[in-house]
Amino acid sequence: MKQTAQDIWVFGDYRNYFQTRVTLQLLSRAGDLAVKTGSAVCAVVFGHNLDEYVKEYIAHGAHKVYVIEHSSLKKYSMENYVWLMERLAKEYKPDIILVGATSFGREFAPRLAKLLGTGLTADCVGLDINEQGILVQTAPAFGGNLLAEIITPERRPQMATVRPGTFQEIPHDYERKGQVIKIPLPKDLPKERLRLVHYQRKPHRGQRIEDAGVVVCGGRGMGGKNRFKKLFDLARLLGGEVGATRPVVYANWTDPELLVGQAGKHINPNVLFSFGVSGAIQHTAAIRDAGLIIAVNKNPNATMMKKADVAIVADANQLCMALIKELKKRIRS
Amino acid sequence: MLKMIVCIKQVPMVSELNWDPRTGTLKRDLAEGMMNPACHHALEAALRLKELHGGHITAITMGPPMAEEVLREALAIGADRCILLTDKRMAGADTFMTSFILARAIEKECPDFDIVLCGCHTSDSETAQVGPQLTEELKIPGAAYVEWLELKENVLRMKRLSDNFLETLEMDLPGLVTVTTSHYQPRYVPLAGLQDAYDKCDIITLDADDLKLKIAGIKDSPTRILKVYSPDSEKKNIEMKGPAKKIVEELLDKFGRKIGGEIQKDLKAYGQEQ
Repeated sequence: MKQTAQDIWVFGDYRNYFQTRVTLQLLSRAGDLAVKTGSAVCAVVFGHNLDEYVKEYIAHGAHKVYVIEHSSLKKYSMENYVWLMERLAKEYKPDIILVGATSFGREFAPRLAKLLGTGLTADCVGLDINEQGILVQTAPAFGGNLLAEIITPERRPQMATVRPGTFQEIPHDYERKGQVIKIPLPKDLPKERLRLVHYQRKPHRGQRIEDAGVVVCGGRGMGGKNRFKKLFDLARLLGGEVGATRPVVYANWTDPELLVGQAGKHINPNVLFSFGVSGAIQHTAAIRDAGLIIAVNKNPNATMMKKADVAIVADANQLCMALIKELKKRIRS
Repeated sequence: MLKMIVCIKQVPMVSELNWDPRTGTLKRDLAEGMMNPACHHALEAALRLKELHGGHITAITMGPPMAEEVLREALAIGADRCILLTDKRMAGADTFMTSFILARAIEKECPDFDIVLCGCHTSDSETAQVGPQLTEELKIPGAAYVEWLELKENVLRMKRLSDNFLETLEMDLPGLVTVTTSHYQPRYVPLAGLQDAYDKCDIITLDADDLKLKIAGIKDSPTRILKVYSPDSEKKNIEMKGPAKKIVEELLDKFGRKIGGEIQKDLKAYGQEQ
């Protein structure tokens, strides 16, 4: 008799759907993995009025969709969703659970892994299946200069979170067929101890850095808060947006929203300026789809300089000022 | 009295570190340490709650013996009591095991806590997993990535930015929060306080036996590191150096069309017209 492989699950995280397509990207990668393991790809989704998402998940490659729909699940609730997912995972025993590393997913996945007594790898940049049929999870390690291959050899399910933009979604195909498994809301869902009393979408300003054609990224090498501000002048001249590295955000030189990296935004501009950035993996993993990369650093051996098309050995701040001056001249002409 | 626990991790100050290629774990004893920035902010949040409501702060860390330094720093800025969990058998613990050990220590040393505060993530591994997992280990409610908090009676009110939504949350206590680096800018460490912190000797050191744990950090961790390697994708690049003005001109002459793409202006035109 043919042994049936256990399923690969993808958590249906739809709160920012259209902006964050990470669920669709994970369904695509799960599809590649499922070919190797002979498993089915399943999306699991909780909420209210979910038909649109269910349809979308099937069109993007889900073979099955588990759905728990109820008006009381209208608000994204960490406690409810973790509780429901634990219940389903213990009942259906998937082999793998993939979760998008959104703010929600990054809290949801570790809690779920703990309740299921299994391992979890954060922010994977690669997922594959080895000869033993085990999920090999590649993630940045140790401050971001290295990559580690991590497995969960014994416990199941194997769990990983993945940043939006890491994998490519497959084009939708509404002809695709999938099985929809509707599960009633369990009656013993506990009362929430954490209550979402108010929420509103953050008004965001104009262009998003993820969509920008030019990004000017600054690191610690800019030398200070006021100097960092010059990058905004440069970005404005070029019709671009400003990004920042982790040390810059930690030093409060700028808004954490501008963080480009594993813990922040993934970007894919046509032109990326990188000023005074050393090039930790958490950062470089988030810029690998950038086109022309121009790095400026005093240290010619900085990792970022090796990843650049043009490596300029100079003081980041001075070069930034010189570039602003020259650009103003040329734009006026 | 408000009883708070702040979980702190010592992280390397530099990002380039030696690691053991055999086990794939970090040789922490070789790296100079500092308090993880987000943990520092969590401690600051606890100190501000203490200023408003009174209370008692226990700082707790797990790591090699040298991790005591960050506890001394915590004492110097206002923690009341410190616990160091150190044991070779804890080495190599992944987030699952780390949260397990921390929870057992908290249950043993301060079971009647009101709030546990953690940094939202560490600067060395950035998994952001220990806080949420500790929530489940302690079987209490929790919220991650909290930017601001306020205590009213026995309810903690919090604000955070989550996937582009500004959320206001309320949580019954006892509970756990992980704090971001956006709001609670840490205070400076007073030198005199640091001196006092070293003179006072009230750091409680516990090992696995004290916690009655039969553990092996690496073996009991669900995850296993297969290998660690340096990514090799290096580009064949053009190097430019010299006076800034000269570099800038050369750059725009070579790549002006591409750089000016967004503003639809060929920036090398100026150079050619001269």
